[in-house]
Amino acid sequence: MSAPSLTPHSYLQRQVRWHPLEYLFWLATILPFFVFPNYLSLASQIAITALFALSLDLILGYAGIVSLGHAAFFGVGAYTAGIISKHGYGDPLFGLLVAALITGVFGLATSFIVARFKHLALIMITLGLGILVHELANSAHWLTGGADGLQGIRIGKLLGIYEFDLWGRTAYIYSLVVLFLVFLMVRRLTNSPFGLALRGIRENSVRMPAIGAPSAAHIRKVYTMSAAIAGIAGALLAQTTSTVSLGVIDFQRSADVLVMLVLGGAGMLYGGLIGAIIFMVARDQFSGINPQYWYFWIGLLLVAVVMLLPNGILGGLSHLYRMLTGRRST
Amino acid sequence: MGPIIGVLFDGFAYGMLLFLLSVGLSVTLGMMNFVNLAHCAFAMLGGYVTVTLVHRFGWPFLATLPMAFIAAAMVSVLLERTLYRKLYRASDLDQVLLTIGLAFMSIASAAYIFGTVLQPAVTPNWLRGSVVYFGINFAVYRLFLVAVGLAVTVVLVLMLEYTRFGQQVRAAVDNQRMARGLGINVDGTFAVAFALGSGLAGLGGALAIEIVGLDPSFALIYLVYVLIVVSVGGLGSIWGSFVAAVLIGISDMAGKYYVPGIGAFMIYLVMIVLLMWRPQGLFGKR
Repeated sequence: MSAPSLTPHSYLQRQVRWHPLEYLFWLATILPFFVFPNYLSLASQIAITALFALSLDLILGYAGIVSLGHAAFFGVGAYTAGIISKHGYGDPLFGLLVAALITGVFGLATSFIVARFKHLALIMITLGLGILVHELANSAHWLTGGADGLQGIRIGKLLGIYEFDLWGRTAYIYSLVVLFLVFLMVRRLTNSPFGLALRGIRENSVRMPAIGAPSAAHIRKVYTMSAAIAGIAGALLAQTTSTVSLGVIDFQRSADVLVMLVLGGAGMLYGGLIGAIIFMVARDQFSGINPQYWYFWIGLLLVAVVMLLPNGILGGLSHLYRMLTGRRST
Repeated sequence: MGPIIGVLFDGFAYGMLLFLLSVGLSVTLGMMNFVNLAHCAFAMLGGYVTVTLVHRFGWPFLATLPMAFIAAAMVSVLLERTLYRKLYRASDLDQVLLTIGLAFMSIASAAYIFGTVLQPAVTPNWLRGSVVYFGINFAVYRLFLVAVGLAVTVVLVLMLEYTRFGQQVRAAVDNQRMARGLGINVDGTFAVAFALGSGLAGLGGALAIEIVGLDPSFALIYLVYVLIVVSVGGLGSIWGSFVAAVLIGISDMAGKYYVPGIGAFMIYLVMIVLLMWRPQGLFGKR
């Protein structure tokens, strides 16, 4: 997509500008209040899952780190928010902050391991860490409640005013605002020189140090940020549903978020968001189907996306859009 | 003294099972760098073939084992020719997604055809019970498993060391481009190696029923174990897979026996520590 005279600087400036479709997308997120007022709980779940997918996009889509254990951070965030609320610190925003801090530290600690590996070993390390954290949460019954789930979560009012209601009105506004703010941050980050360096690392991590971008250090930074965002998403889920069970941290969640991201289109900011919307709505609509069979269609979808739509739904759509407007990508 | 030897023996037998399940993946990964997460789906297929033949058609157990091998090998080579080969030069992510998609589909299909219940054991009477040597109990089936595992190892090593096919496989593992340059048909060799490896997985799946049971989740649960063995052993190395499988089998058994509190994640700890020490695996060259 570059004319020969395009400098990195002007390329980034062009990317920073908002596209009209982006305004449209965020305006559409307000629609559920008027069109589907009975589905606000689902909408808030979608916003949270979208935030989680966004965090995975940051490391997978931009830095090229394939993670099969990203639910570990989501789960640690959820358990953190749940456990501190149990001990009297139920303020939602404070909970978010603590969850982000703790998962950030946890992400930083594991990033030293992750940054050393590539290919199969990397996939195995992330998978192993994910299962390890899941087993820890399962066996630390005194802290997490184990398989019974965390008991006694008490979430306070948002900003001291708004209570989390049964219809999910507060929950949706809260999740949506957090999603939007984090999205702005991630958007700024990916359109910065740092974001460009990450894409370079994804393409060739050996050459990047030669032009002054230390691969391992960059990977550690972005992995830590991604972990903190996943932790925020987990904390949001714990606070808006007032439940934390082992399901927040298991392999299924890691696999699901990967499926969503790829379905929507990895390496594109809106890929995770679109993927989360489609995946969650479809699962809600087909909830009557036995989950065993539901995975047949997920599997078929994955095979189809890989074989036919290498950049996901969003990639296919933007290709179509460029063809229609006559702009060719190179 | 008795319990220690008992645990070591059980772990070794379990390791043989893991070796059968994983050696094919190790060789194919070493040759093509293709991350095949559907490998255990082939093992599961072998298991279901054996169960069906024994219970529905009354075949003797031993006669079903070659059928499990052949069925898994044939299905795998079909998929290799139609889907896999298009992604040899694609990214890790695409390979992971395609093959995990296939694994999901196989799980759902197995659940649809056979239900989610644990399949009944298929072992004939002469493989049940146990024998006592030096005051220690050895389960007959585990002895059988060890014998099969060792026999397969010997055959594989002989084949890889002394046949033309084995030389081609080793050349392709060492340096794929150079092997192509020398006129070796790497794609064809790979297809044969892939079929053999998946067939061994099918055999492993059939033998695993007695030890770990068989239900649709087999394709995912044992995938994790197999990937651990492969990544710890190093890609493309039969000895690596053998040593890693025995190591993982024994540490899993010992972990569950002596420290049940942390036994469930003993193997993950072993894997992470070993990979930290040698990122390319114990016997890996790259």
